[in-house]
Amino acid sequence: MTLSTTVRQQVLVLYLDTSALDSWVKGWARYDGTGRTRPTTGDSDEPPYRTGVEALLDGWRLFQASQLIPPYPGAEHETSFLKHEFFFERLVETAEEPG
Amino acid sequence: MSTTRQLLNSVQVARFVAHGFLRLDGIVPQEMNEEALEVLAAGLPSVPYGTPVPKAFPEGSFTRRLLDLPAVAGALESLVGPGPEIDHHALHVREPREGSAQPLHADALIDVRPDAFDVQLMYYPQEVTADMGGTLIVPGSHLRRINESDTGRYQNLLGQTRLTCPAGTVVLVHHGIWHGGRRNDSDIVRRMYKIRFNPTVPQVRLWDTADLDAPAVREELGRYFPWYEQATARLEILNRVRLWRTLTGDPHFDIEHWATRIDNRPAAQRSTA
Repeated sequence: MTLSTTVRQQVLVLYLDTSALDSWVKGWARYDGTGRTRPTTGDSDEPPYRTGVEALLDGWRLFQASQLIPPYPGAEHETSFLKHEFFFERLVETAEEPG
Repeated sequence: MSTTRQLLNSVQVARFVAHGFLRLDGIVPQEMNEEALEVLAAGLPSVPYGTPVPKAFPEGSFTRRLLDLPAVAGALESLVGPGPEIDHHALHVREPREGSAQPLHADALIDVRPDAFDVQLMYYPQEVTADMGGTLIVPGSHLRRINESDTGRYQNLLGQTRLTCPAGTVVLVHHGIWHGGRRNDSDIVRRMYKIRFNPTVPQVRLWDTADLDAPAVREELGRYFPWYEQATARLEILNRVRLWRTLTGDPHFDIEHWATRIDNRPAAQRSTA
């Protein structure tokens, strides 16, 4: 039987200190399309990278960054979700399931 | 057992306003912790929303004795005042090796009351070790306006608290705190008993205010947390200033000059004079 491979996506979400990609990591989440790991809420206290650029240096590809949206009138001082959200991906070859 | 309450001081309340929670480690006696596991296993009595404490939990009942512990009674009175009502109570269980965690969330609906807050009591009758999935709490998250589990995307935030604690620990949290039951990777069932309290009086100077002007009060209220973004951190402190003004009845309290500066509108004050 010939072994074949397929590609799966791993996703890394970093929440940064400012809108700059080289600012400090404040929060993080991971999702693993290979099924090899099962990241979940509250599973680590140490961020995987210190800055967003460090993730690039390690081979992650940025595919989405949050927009800068002016505060809604009347709600300028309210705080809510983290503002500076960056989505990265890494494509990983995995052994294909036998059909 | 003495039921003399031990009120919080201003520094402790300021710490609650900044952190959104207050830990009372190991304050419940071991014999009550052992009793709790039996009481919780037997099932909790139904308590309708808005029931006063004496009616919800009669004298001598386990929960009433828990709430009458001087440190618990004093902390609750300092935060929600005398005569609170029970919103609801429930046993929360994290099963051994259950494989998943709760998404990060705040309880109930988005709650934007500027002049009132509910307090939730979390009681841990067992020692909680690192692999038992102790509650994840995000310090200083309680004033952010989010609705329930919309924060589920955030798996980890810098400076988060992954609770480990001795048996008999009580944590009092502001209703808005971001939290979640973590994945239990141990072989032990983890139990937590939660009670939500609604205030029935204005939450103004309910604690021992003898140290109201202590420098440590400002230090607590001006605290930054590691997960705050640089710019938003200032807004967090502004919102704490506003809450502290409400809790103390002092409309001029400030940290640095931030609230005073943006409240300064000479033209508007002149036109209403």
